[in-house]
Amino acid sequence: MNDFEPKIIAFVCNWCTYAGADLAGTSRIQYPPNVRIVRLMCSGGIDPIYVLKALLQGADGVLIGGCHPGDCHYQSGNFKARRRVAILKKSLERLGLDPDRVWLRWISASEGQLFADTVTEFVKFLKEKGPNPFKTLQAL
Amino acid sequence: MLHAWLNVERNPTQTMRDFLRSLLEKGIVEAILVPAPSAGGASITPTLFLNPEELSRAEPFAPLMPVSEATMVSMLTRTGNPIKLGAVMRNCQIRALVELVKFKQAQLDNLIIIGIDCPGTYELKDYSAMVQNGVDPTASLLENLARGEVSPAPGYSFREACTMCIYPIPDPAIAAVTVGLMGFDGERLPILVKEELAEKLGLADGSPSNRREEVINGLLKARKEEREKQIGRFTKEGTGLEGLLRWFSKCIRCYNCMGICPICYCRECVFRTPVFEHESARYFDWAQKKGVLQMPPEHLLFHLTRINHMVTSCVGCGLCSSACPSDIDVALVFQSVGEEVQALFGYVPGRSLEEPAPVQTFQEREFLELGETLR
Repeated sequence: MNDFEPKIIAFVCNWCTYAGADLAGTSRIQYPPNVRIVRLMCSGGIDPIYVLKALLQGADGVLIGGCHPGDCHYQSGNFKARRRVAILKKSLERLGLDPDRVWLRWISASEGQLFADTVTEFVKFLKEKGPNPFKTLQAL
Repeated sequence: MLHAWLNVERNPTQTMRDFLRSLLEKGIVEAILVPAPSAGGASITPTLFLNPEELSRAEPFAPLMPVSEATMVSMLTRTGNPIKLGAVMRNCQIRALVELVKFKQAQLDNLIIIGIDCPGTYELKDYSAMVQNGVDPTASLLENLARGEVSPAPGYSFREACTMCIYPIPDPAIAAVTVGLMGFDGERLPILVKEELAEKLGLADGSPSNRREEVINGLLKARKEEREKQIGRFTKEGTGLEGLLRWFSKCIRCYNCMGICPICYCRECVFRTPVFEHESARYFDWAQKKGVLQMPPEHLLFHLTRINHMVTSCVGCGLCSSACPSDIDVALVFQSVGEEVQALFGYVPGRSLEEPAPVQTFQEREFLELGETLR
């Protein structure tokens, strides 16, 4: 399992986490290259369908990055995202699927280090957890 | 709220027809939606009556629900209800309607809900078999009720969703009239009526039905036990990766469960759009990665997404299971997940018009553990 490199799909807000990731890059902060970023205009734009799609297609983890509570560019998108994530995680848990492969994190545009740390931590967590069992299933 | 009694001379169905007729004739409503035999007679379906004479064929108590009347009331009121409409509804339909009102898919203005205590409904195939075997589904049900028993005809069973329904009684705060079938004693039918309506109908305040309360309490106890049993069965057989795949393995993605669902109101469901119509080469890519690819792909994505989109408002009517051509018990999944997800918000779908649905609102200080970093 040592050579297992988890694949993370990150859905990040244009106004905060995306800029935070950008800052991590321009600041030359090192972090594992396991994350594939999808930029959204707001974390509130995340439909659970895309998180589920990523998981069923075999992504080992899904990271959703939004603005800190109170800081949403559109006032309340991150609060809506948080509810959706709560519903998603609870339903995954009830169905006996793994809710811990979905992370919601508030990372602002100034927190490049936090973005790098979050990815590092998520990769470590997923390496310990092992590959997503959906990866090898013929039925999605 | 006023307690009144209707005298049953021939049978409760006839009594109810007369009562509905009086609503039309007195101008309390100008149209009334009541279940009646469908054209051709093989089923019972909500039917819109304007002519009081026609009400002689209404079947308000027929224990069959092939579609949700909530969907029909949505059709009749969504863009404005021009006339005073009455609707005879079971509680799962009323609760679904309440959810639809929250989502602006129906309006309660000009609507008088006549709720009936719901003993349970049959699957259409069982209902048809009963009729063919000379059993009158409605009469046998009412005979049992007159003895204080809420039970199906011998040899038959109600739909599973009905056997585990713990909300069979309409809420008098929402229904203008509640027909207390559970209190039917063979001679009289108790009803609850809102005061202003009772006045128009010339109904006098009487005593509440003790029998009804007893019957309801006994029924709820049995229903709760059955509910626990069924949900336990899902937990045992349907959860975990393998369990879930097995549970849905007969799915043909016909979308019947979605089409029949009173809560799935989206005009354009994402699954009916080209969002997931991929380029042909993509399917080969996936097959390449996994070695094989089951077609049509993504049936689990469909069910998991539908759960995420509407389980917070699922009222447990069970029509998804009834409509499934592969006999997948979709409703039990929704009830099992719904129970826990709804509890996150202390929410009961259809309970009150005042509470916004969980997906419509948020609180600034909730789920604080989500979003925070570990350090």
